[in-house]
Amino acid sequence: MASDGGAAKAAPPTGSSGIGFENVTVAYRGNAVLRDLTLAVEPGEILAIIGPSGSGKTTALRAVAGFVRPTEGRIRIGKRDVTDLPPHARDLGMVVQNYALFPHMRIEENVAFGLRARRAPEETVRERVKECLRMVGMSAFMGRYPRELSGGQQQRIAIARALAIRPIVLLLDEPLSALDAQIRRNMLEELGQLHRALPELTVLYVTHDQTEALTLADRIAIMRDGRLVAHGPSRELYRSPPNRFTAEFLGRANLLPVRMESLGEGGGHARVRFGESPLLAQAKVQLQPGTSCLLCIRPHDLTLERRGMNGNVIDARVVSTLWQGDQLSIAVDAAGTMLRLASHPLVEPPRVGDSLHLYFGPEAATLIAEDVR
Amino acid sequence: MSVSAAGSKPGAASPFDLRAFWIAAPLLVLAGCFFYPLSLIIGQAFRDDAGAFSLATMAAVFGSTMFHEAILHTIAIALGASAGCLALGFVLAFVVSFVPFPGASLLVRLIDTVIALPTFLVALAFTFLYGSAGILNMSLMAAFNLHLPPVDFLYSAWGVILAEVTVYTPFVMRPLLAAFSLIETAQIEVAASLGAGFWRILRQIILPAALPALLAGGSLCLLLTVNEFGIVLFIGAKGVITLPLMIYDKAIQEFDYGTACVIALVNILISVGLYFLYRFTIGRVGGNRAGLV
Repeated sequence: MASDGGAAKAAPPTGSSGIGFENVTVAYRGNAVLRDLTLAVEPGEILAIIGPSGSGKTTALRAVAGFVRPTEGRIRIGKRDVTDLPPHARDLGMVVQNYALFPHMRIEENVAFGLRARRAPEETVRERVKECLRMVGMSAFMGRYPRELSGGQQQRIAIARALAIRPIVLLLDEPLSALDAQIRRNMLEELGQLHRALPELTVLYVTHDQTEALTLADRIAIMRDGRLVAHGPSRELYRSPPNRFTAEFLGRANLLPVRMESLGEGGGHARVRFGESPLLAQAKVQLQPGTSCLLCIRPHDLTLERRGMNGNVIDARVVSTLWQGDQLSIAVDAAGTMLRLASHPLVEPPRVGDSLHLYFGPEAATLIAEDVR
Repeated sequence: MSVSAAGSKPGAASPFDLRAFWIAAPLLVLAGCFFYPLSLIIGQAFRDDAGAFSLATMAAVFGSTMFHEAILHTIAIALGASAGCLALGFVLAFVVSFVPFPGASLLVRLIDTVIALPTFLVALAFTFLYGSAGILNMSLMAAFNLHLPPVDFLYSAWGVILAEVTVYTPFVMRPLLAAFSLIETAQIEVAASLGAGFWRILRQIILPAALPALLAGGSLCLLLTVNEFGIVLFIGAKGVITLPLMIYDKAIQEFDYGTACVIALVNILISVGLYFLYRFTIGRVGGNRAGLV
């Protein structure tokens, strides 16, 4: 279940390749950039840490890699406490945004670097280099230099180099940020395929791109100002964000100011009121009747026609429409609150100033306490 | 319509082309200030006292033991000083670039100022520090009740090498600092995460990246130390005669211009040879990409 960062007290992973942060704080010259992080990455899962710049996500990854030492707390990889181990003793692979390939080495030497550093027999080195290059579809480029490859190809080599040492943990630090949109989409698919081929590999994926996180990760952790503000399975975190920051950072969200009327009993929906409109919604946070709160509805969950389960309806006026190829983005004003609706392209789209009804189901609406920000 | 547009195609040569003037003017200056004096030296090297063509002076110089010793001293001191500059320059540049400490940039500026100083000033400072009546010797003599100065390396080839290392190390540091600034920290971090320790990272990541800069700085040091005159003269090391010092002796003290010109010709050939070796080596190791050639 998706949960607030404040309640995220996870046990260290039990498998041999999970990652455990236990109350980890990192400070530079007394200024904490990561505060009391407790989080577990289960063996074999992909956990994405997302957050805006300066949120502490890269610091968390660098703490696992051993490039920054926590001022407080412990870090575990599997059952080992690695807090005091140097980077080269942690058995992990790392891929960074700008690839960091060694420019004076050929591709095969780049991929073989970690194996040779670990004094693997030459025969093993040759076999493993071939295997890893085949895995990322770059066998034909063994003899080239990094400068002779495109950005996407270089990133594949960086992944092959990280995998060649057969790490128990793979750290990916914004690995697709330097690529253009089309290559990034392809690489996302390839990373997914790669993980399906290596299901035992634990992956910690740091990104500021929520699409990458939602596409690839089993679970997502959201950071803000050095703190974990939410974490949970990707779909659940998206469908039922536990707080306003998560709702707004993980995908686009419409936030309606509503007043709580009654909590659903026996698993039923909560009743809320938006202006004069009574609405039903999911309530995963404890709210007292009469309190003000926010109702989170994703743009694609708002429809212009009533459908089977769309019990809720609100009135709105069209402010603008924006054709985006495969979808139509409509901005509306609902009793002074701006909402955005993502519709499939319509033959006759509404015009600016038109009044219309917006429908959505109670399952698509999640209540969030208003004061959490 | 302009005359040039009507009469000629763009880029076509014209008898009145002003470009020829812009090339000829600097060529004339170069010829007057460099090639003509050089030709006089070369000409003098191949003439006897009567002005006729002769290889006698050259044969006498090449057969002289003093000349052989001067060549050996010149090469040994140049190689020793260049090696010292490379080692010291690499360590200093490495520390300044990769081991952050307060005042690093100030240190770089201070080292840079050494480039601006006349070379003999360092030799003078060394006599105050390490000379027979220098601070070090006087302190040691007072401390251990000695009658003779215990440290006397200054008036040997080692003194010249130490002074040249002090003067010319910044010439190695400058390109090295530029090269180190281009090494991505991420490369070092990834190498460490893959299992590489300090020495492997130094050997396989940092050194290859620094190689063009090391070659550039080292070659420059070699060129400068082969031709170094002020330090050798000022220190006055016993029995340490180098080619520039020998030229000075022959031309100024003995008025033997023919011999001086033959030695100067050899000195020029060594310098030009070193320069072409530098260009060739830099080209082979990727100096073109580093903008060093």
